[in-house]
Amino acid sequence: MSFDFLWQGMGVALLPQNLLIGLIGCFLGTIIGCLPAIGPINGIALLLPIAYTSGLPPESALILLAAVYYGAEYGGRISSILLNVPGDAGAVMTAVDGYPMARRGEAAKALAISGISSFYGGMIAVVAMTFLAVPLSWLAIKFGPAEYFVLMVFAFATLGSMVGHEPVKTLLGCVLGLMLTTIGLDATSGAYRFTFDQPELHDGIEFIILVIGLFSISEVLLMLESQVKGTLKPLAVTGSYPSWAEIRYIWWPSVRATVIGFVIGVLPGTGASVASAVSYTTEKRISDKDGTFGKGDIRGLAAPEAANNAAATGAFVPMLTLGVPGSGTTAVMLGALMLYNIQPGPQLFVEQPKLVGGLIASMYIGNILLLIMNLPMVKLFARMLLMPNWILIPGITALSILGVYTAYSSVMSVLIMFGIGIVGYLLRKLGFDMAPIVLGFVLGKVMEVNFRNALALSGGEFGIFFSSTLSIILWIMAIAIVLVPIWLRRRQAARNRAGQPAA
Amino acid sequence: MRKTLLFATLVLTGLAGPALAQPAKTECLAGAKPGGGFDLTCRLAGNALHAAKLIKDPMAVTYMEGGVGAVAYNHVIGTRPADGGLVIAASSGSALLIAQGKFGKHDENAVRWVGALGTDFGVVAVAPDSPIKSLKDLIAAFGKDPGAFPVGGGGAVGSQDWMKMAMIAREAKVDPKKMRYAALEGGGAVTTALQGGHIKIASGDASEMINLHQQGKLRILAIMSERRLPGAFKDIPTTYEQGYTIDWPIWRGLYVGPKVSDADYKWWVDTLTKLTKTDEFVKEREARGLFAFDSLGADFDKRVKADVAKFRALAKEAGL
Repeated sequence: MSFDFLWQGMGVALLPQNLLIGLIGCFLGTIIGCLPAIGPINGIALLLPIAYTSGLPPESALILLAAVYYGAEYGGRISSILLNVPGDAGAVMTAVDGYPMARRGEAAKALAISGISSFYGGMIAVVAMTFLAVPLSWLAIKFGPAEYFVLMVFAFATLGSMVGHEPVKTLLGCVLGLMLTTIGLDATSGAYRFTFDQPELHDGIEFIILVIGLFSISEVLLMLESQVKGTLKPLAVTGSYPSWAEIRYIWWPSVRATVIGFVIGVLPGTGASVASAVSYTTEKRISDKDGTFGKGDIRGLAAPEAANNAAATGAFVPMLTLGVPGSGTTAVMLGALMLYNIQPGPQLFVEQPKLVGGLIASMYIGNILLLIMNLPMVKLFARMLLMPNWILIPGITALSILGVYTAYSSVMSVLIMFGIGIVGYLLRKLGFDMAPIVLGFVLGKVMEVNFRNALALSGGEFGIFFSSTLSIILWIMAIAIVLVPIWLRRRQAARNRAGQPAA
Repeated sequence: MRKTLLFATLVLTGLAGPALAQPAKTECLAGAKPGGGFDLTCRLAGNALHAAKLIKDPMAVTYMEGGVGAVAYNHVIGTRPADGGLVIAASSGSALLIAQGKFGKHDENAVRWVGALGTDFGVVAVAPDSPIKSLKDLIAAFGKDPGAFPVGGGGAVGSQDWMKMAMIAREAKVDPKKMRYAALEGGGAVTTALQGGHIKIASGDASEMINLHQQGKLRILAIMSERRLPGAFKDIPTTYEQGYTIDWPIWRGLYVGPKVSDADYKWWVDTLTKLTKTDEFVKEREARGLFAFDSLGADFDKRVKADVAKFRALAKEAGL
């Protein structure tokens, strides 16, 4: 196929009007991403009618909405790193290594590193989309319930890396997450599980409410406790910036994470939260030789950030080529295309080169804009940590309540958030990690639904899980990710033993 | 009789006078995430009302996710029952959930039904290379070996997509509970699964399948409607034409809280009656793939209650 659409698109994206719109979108997206619970979907739902009624041409409207979307993936990291409050669903794993860095006084460095890895992820994914969008669209079709289930098996296999020094607590956390996903409507039987006749629980616990409860509310409680005990140490913010060596050091982790993130983003059944979770655990599996992940390792910070940006970009592939949204946010954008009477599909690249090309070209420009916009502001953001606790603690609490209430407009959601926060606080006092709970929750839902759908389709035959080439490849990958590190470690140990006498 | 009614209306209108003015602030509540059917209904109403200059300021659209509208339903009844400026989006799916008792303790009489804005229709589709060419073929083959036809729909067991297939299964003398049914996440997932060969029958809505049908990516066997649909649908036979008296309109409409004043309720009904006749509205409705569905005020109220009763019987028959 020809890439005329890209050259035509560059012309569209570089029009002063569209450049300005892209810049506004990136800026709004960063802010929306930064605010807890308020995600890109809320921002886009708000902007779509404004864009439509103000008579923007479709390509400009799409450029604006897309910029908000991937801008939010940049912004989400800021509150994750500084406050341990994930700004949006894709930024949960960013907190795992980003927050310890901020506690050490390296907030500026963490923000810069994650900004750069976001850029790596976003940029590589846009290049991949330019060349692979149409050829990759088959992937979205070939993934049925059985394949999604095996993909989740693979994801759980990478989870083995999270076990750490307290395997029982990690597993318990993971099981707790799995249990929480069973709340709500069970689609296979149509029954409500554990909802206690509360309509608010019919859809189960919202991921973002769980995350805000577990991370930010429990954090606030911990901070309060040390404040009362008088052990709360004021944070230092050193002006450290990442060195060139560090920027090069995160290149391969970012590339690996981008590949994972992009593929998971292309699949309509999974999004940025699964992408960042799987890329983090995979990266930990591959690179965590000294147990530094979770304590502020820049690779653990770079991987999920690259992955969530890549996933956001990947989500456009099925939307543009098949008309199937790859995420909730792209679903709203699909609605926007419908309003303009534009029918997505592979022929869109030929029939609407201005629109598709303009959108893709604007994403190249947008990622560069976001990097330029984000790096100089890093020090400014980092100084937020110097705020006194009497502002910081109520501030985080207020932001969390405001975010959850704005997104779900129900008091019940806020109460659930506090309930989860208190449980999270107790669990943290007992030495549990929050990440395995979140991972169990994210992966468990996709896993259960697809397991049961696959069996519903096969009439209970388990053979369906081994019936396609794709699922067999995924099984092999799952087994490999468990066995290869063990084998490598054995070989390393053997070599060390063999090498010792000589040395 | 008609004349007296008209006269009474005129008198009432005169008496109500200023109270019939537009509510100070209008708001449409969508009981789901942005981007779904409720959002579409709210935006259709809001955009068209504003474009036709029937309201001065644009109508605000707010979201309250949960239980496919159940949370919004309970919220309106419980905390905003008398807000005359607030309309809430509903669909035939809401009537189905009410019939199954999934809207909590409140039934269909707990709110005031204002009117429908348009409708979609259920369809069943197969892959383009499938040997099944008509609904009759499907019912014969499905009746012989239901296990060979895994079905996909965009909702849980008991949802509209499941019900549509359950009615077809009934024609084929198959117990609906024995269907191999996968509850996929929305209509997009259903058509993708059909294209990928993961399912053999897709149950969904006409508007979300018509483009794929025209592109030859799937074949719509029947539109679940009494009458042939216009436009892009004019060559697709209906269930009735193929000899099956099953239909599944998916209307999209609005309701207001139970304690909203008669004057405000009447303002909404009158305004929507005026609205549905404007060109602006027809343009907005067609842009969203909806067909005309003229049912407003008392007529709509009757329609909703009849639907709930029908669904109650269906659900019982299907063994839910």
